[in-house]
Amino acid sequence: MTAGLQSDLLATVAPQTRADVQPGRWRRMPPKAKVGAVLLGVFILAGIIGPLVAPYDPSFQNPAPALSLHAPYGQHLLGTTQSGQDVLSQLLVGIRLTLELAFIVGVVATALSVIVGVTSAFLGGVWDEVLSLLSNVFLVIPALPLLIVLLGSLQTKGQTATIIVLSALGWPWGARVIRAQTLAIRNRDFIAAARETGEKTWRIISFEIVPNEVSLIAASFVNTVLYAIGASVALAFIGVANLNAWSLGTMLYWAQSQQALELGAWWWFVPPGLAVALIGAGLVLLNTGIDELGNPRLRDATSASRIAGHWLPPADPTPVLAEVSQYRGKLAGFLHSFSRSSMLDETERAGHR
Amino acid sequence: MSFIVRRLVFYIVAAWVALTVNFFIPRAMPGNAVQAIMAKFPSLQPSAYKALEAMLGVGHPGSIWSQYGSYLDDVFHFNFGTDVTQYPAPVSTLLAETIPWTLILVGSATIIAFVVGTGLGIVAGWRHGGRLDRVLPGLMFLQAIPYFFFALILLELFAAKLHVFPLGQGYAQGLVPGWHWDFIGSAIYHSLLPALTIVLTSIAGWMLQMRNVMITTVGEDYVIAAQAKGLHNRRVIFTYAARNAILPQLQGFALALGFVVSGALIMEIVFSYPGIGLLLLTAVTSSDYPLMQAIFLVITFAVLLANIVVDVIIVLSDPRARAREATR
Repeated sequence: MTAGLQSDLLATVAPQTRADVQPGRWRRMPPKAKVGAVLLGVFILAGIIGPLVAPYDPSFQNPAPALSLHAPYGQHLLGTTQSGQDVLSQLLVGIRLTLELAFIVGVVATALSVIVGVTSAFLGGVWDEVLSLLSNVFLVIPALPLLIVLLGSLQTKGQTATIIVLSALGWPWGARVIRAQTLAIRNRDFIAAARETGEKTWRIISFEIVPNEVSLIAASFVNTVLYAIGASVALAFIGVANLNAWSLGTMLYWAQSQQALELGAWWWFVPPGLAVALIGAGLVLLNTGIDELGNPRLRDATSASRIAGHWLPPADPTPVLAEVSQYRGKLAGFLHSFSRSSMLDETERAGHR
Repeated sequence: MSFIVRRLVFYIVAAWVALTVNFFIPRAMPGNAVQAIMAKFPSLQPSAYKALEAMLGVGHPGSIWSQYGSYLDDVFHFNFGTDVTQYPAPVSTLLAETIPWTLILVGSATIIAFVVGTGLGIVAGWRHGGRLDRVLPGLMFLQAIPYFFFALILLELFAAKLHVFPLGQGYAQGLVPGWHWDFIGSAIYHSLLPALTIVLTSIAGWMLQMRNVMITTVGEDYVIAAQAKGLHNRRVIFTYAARNAILPQLQGFALALGFVVSGALIMEIVFSYPGIGLLLLTAVTSSDYPLMQAIFLVITFAVLLANIVVDVIIVLSDPRARAREATR
């Protein structure tokens, strides 16, 4: 929240110095975020150029018996599968497909959560409660079994179907967080100022509110991508995917169904799993980095200062109290009383002690 | 109205949404599911066709609303229809056989992971920047590994190579399930490695979350005041800081239950553990829609039930919530 205020000040006080700030930004990023960004960058690069530099056709089955389950060597850097396919080519093509799916799902689901979250917080009242109720219902229904039932009953299991279903179920978490943040920002002075100057609501939303939530939206995007990778790989591993397309998940499916581990063919099984793990780790690190950027207290002890022999954590950010609207209409209040947060609200009955 | 009753109403709404989605999925899908099933299983008698039609609503006997009504009625009586792959076994019998396995293993592993993870999070948050805090990036990596991959590697290492644990399954072959020590001992022995994988992969999440809340709580004035009073560190940590930090953690626990269950499904597939996840896999591979849908419902209801339990715990452990309960 303070970051938002700072960038506001920067924008109004000295717009011309913004460009000077840019080069130092990378250096000031938390180390975790740097490691995450680099890790992710490598895989995105592999996803972009991978299919172009793949040495073989990933589906090509080399009939030579010597090339069945061959350990890594010069011509097949990651060895071959049981039917003589090149593991490296499968990996390079698979990374593209997995990342593509995850990023599309990330964009669609995050867009949905921004729309639902901001609308919900801005409209307030009954609409807010209905939308919150909806996202709470979808949060409490376990996603993977629902995904399996939805995709499993499709006759054709393509990439598009997976993207649609994953996006449709991936928005509630982000919507919840973004709604809370919008509620907090909505009552701040600069929004009131914008409203006083006669700005239209859509302008306030897209030029005042959303830019102040960029770090939150970024974190929500990263989380959604993480969810999409995990879910799509797990679904493919179970066999609920187009098994003829090469993704990291289908690679693992074929490796598992053809007993790669029992046959000792680690080069068939470890690369796709490790790739998913590293992409995931990159995303998690990036996310913690973003978190630390917004919440200085979570930063490493290196940023703490030492005063009289005591390590003190970095100074607290100026507390900004979330001003949840005190007044709720009758129907809205009734709906709200069914949510878990109603029990923990401080605002509703602050004076009942 | 009491808070718990209100929450119950919420969970009933959630259950109704799940039921309705479940009802409309096979009806909204393109293609004829019944024909697909019949083609896949030549052994099915023609009489099964009608039963399948009725079950999946393909033949449209009656209006959609009367179908919906009889569907709800069936679910209330635990009548999930007959299984296609193991025709004519009722789906409910198959469920009754598998649910205890999942419930015991996943339940205990989740509680262990939550308790240990929260405990470690308290320590890491208190000693911010300490030794435990430094292993966090490593734990995060552990968390990012796809669960089944991690489980498969452990299975290969400990079961296939080192022979410390058995290679999957719920109990040793040749044993007859029952209440005798041979079987119980074997079942416990077979559940150790699966439980370990669940605990190891989920512990980091609980720890990280608790640590983060704890760090924020430790900076609060009342914690500093408690320290200034000269209270023993243990008392400050547990009675002042952790006591307050645990509430967001409990809410997080409730929200994460769905993910925990999803992970458990995959675990059973990796370990060929005779629970509901393995049953779901057989249902998927044989396009056994009635079984798939019944499993989805059972899992959803289990998660809703667990959520109710967590809500009760929140009310019991949060004085604010208790006070509000009293005033309502």
